[in-house]
Amino acid sequence: MSEQRKTISFIITRQDTVDSAPYDEEFEIEYRPNMNVISALMEIRRNPVNKKGEKTTPIAWDMNCLEEVCGACSMNINGRPRQSCTALVDKLEQPIRLAPMSTFPVIRDLQVDRSRMFDSLKRVKAWVPIDGTYDLGPGPRMPERKRQWAYELSKCMTCGVCLEACPNVNSKSNFIGPQPLSQVRLFNAHPTGAMNRDERLETIMGDGGLANCGNSQNCVQSCPKGIPLTTSIAALNRETTIQSFRSFFGSDHAVD
Amino acid sequence: MADNREFFYRRLHSLLGVIPVGLFMTQHLVVNHFATKGEEAFNKAAGFMGSLPFVLVLETLIIFLPLLFHAIYGLYIAFTAKNNVGRYSYFRNWMFALQRWSGVITLIFVAWHVWETRVQAALGAEVNFQMMEDILSNPFMLIFYIVGVLAAIFHFANGLWSFCVSWGIAVSPRSQQIVTYATLFVFLALSIIGLRAIFAFV
Repeated sequence: MSEQRKTISFIITRQDTVDSAPYDEEFEIEYRPNMNVISALMEIRRNPVNKKGEKTTPIAWDMNCLEEVCGACSMNINGRPRQSCTALVDKLEQPIRLAPMSTFPVIRDLQVDRSRMFDSLKRVKAWVPIDGTYDLGPGPRMPERKRQWAYELSKCMTCGVCLEACPNVNSKSNFIGPQPLSQVRLFNAHPTGAMNRDERLETIMGDGGLANCGNSQNCVQSCPKGIPLTTSIAALNRETTIQSFRSFFGSDHAVD
Repeated sequence: MADNREFFYRRLHSLLGVIPVGLFMTQHLVVNHFATKGEEAFNKAAGFMGSLPFVLVLETLIIFLPLLFHAIYGLYIAFTAKNNVGRYSYFRNWMFALQRWSGVITLIFVAWHVWETRVQAALGAEVNFQMMEDILSNPFMLIFYIVGVLAAIFHFANGLWSFCVSWGIAVSPRSQQIVTYATLFVFLALSIIGLRAIFAFV
């Protein structure tokens, strides 16, 4: 009796072009210990033959850091959005179903266009402005304990999982989603960034902004970095409440 | 929604759901509860509410206009969501979906209820214990009323939670948890009041 070959089976949602219809294709590859979804996709790429034995095109997907800090390799794995680099095959139920995140436009196969999130970051000015025509000197100091707290918010890798999980981010709504909102809180917490806090608040009080949140709280449950997204949103709700009174009645405290 | 009014509309929607619509509903349920003390007590309480001075102005400003805005904008909110409780069956996501479903049920119920009682009153019918007894003698209507009243109470109680979060009253996870328990209590208390009143007519 020969020992039975151990295999890993996949059902992968594929799409050849931006506009073409998606279809499922099954794959089966030989088992190796300690594989993750990316190493399995690489294995398929080495020999792109599907389960029926037909030669096919290699699967397209995004990846970069391979250690869950860049956010590029997010996809739906067995129905849940997560990073494929940290999705260990040994811990997944088979057949492993891979599909692109549905909130984003598909470029090809598992590769999606995440640029809406980068556009949102530009919209909310998710940076600390320090450029000037002369040396502005050292900025105000940040308390160490505040820095430690802010570090948690800075872990956001723009992976898109929170937008995928959010029921209010979809083609019927223009909600920007939790990801840029939490960044507003991060940059408003920075002592120099806070000098523009009212601008960021006014931006997220615009259409498609903060008020679109329906508090399903899927984002905080799904965030791979454990960012307290709903706490950020609730805190911004409080700040925008005050900001709306200030801008309606007028205030001497625009940025403090 | 065009011209950057979304923030204002959303906050107004949240506020109107509690003040005055939610408060009115609570008061309405409490007045209904007089039915448990017999026909005469209910008719006296309902008669007092109906004979308030400026009743049409009060109804228009405290009930009809806020309710109409809350209902129409609420439908827009409900139908721009893409519910996903099948994939993400977390407690809050269920509450999110139930809030939208209960809102739609409440709207259908309230529309029918206003037609059956307030509009009929305007057309000359008298709203009293007898009227409700007649309506609820039909088993279908009884179930419709029970479902409608519970949906409205759930929508109010859970809406109270969303109100606290949306206005930035409950920010930290712990405070939101405490508000969850508080609104659960509101739901249970009002449900008992509402159901006791319904069954007093049966």
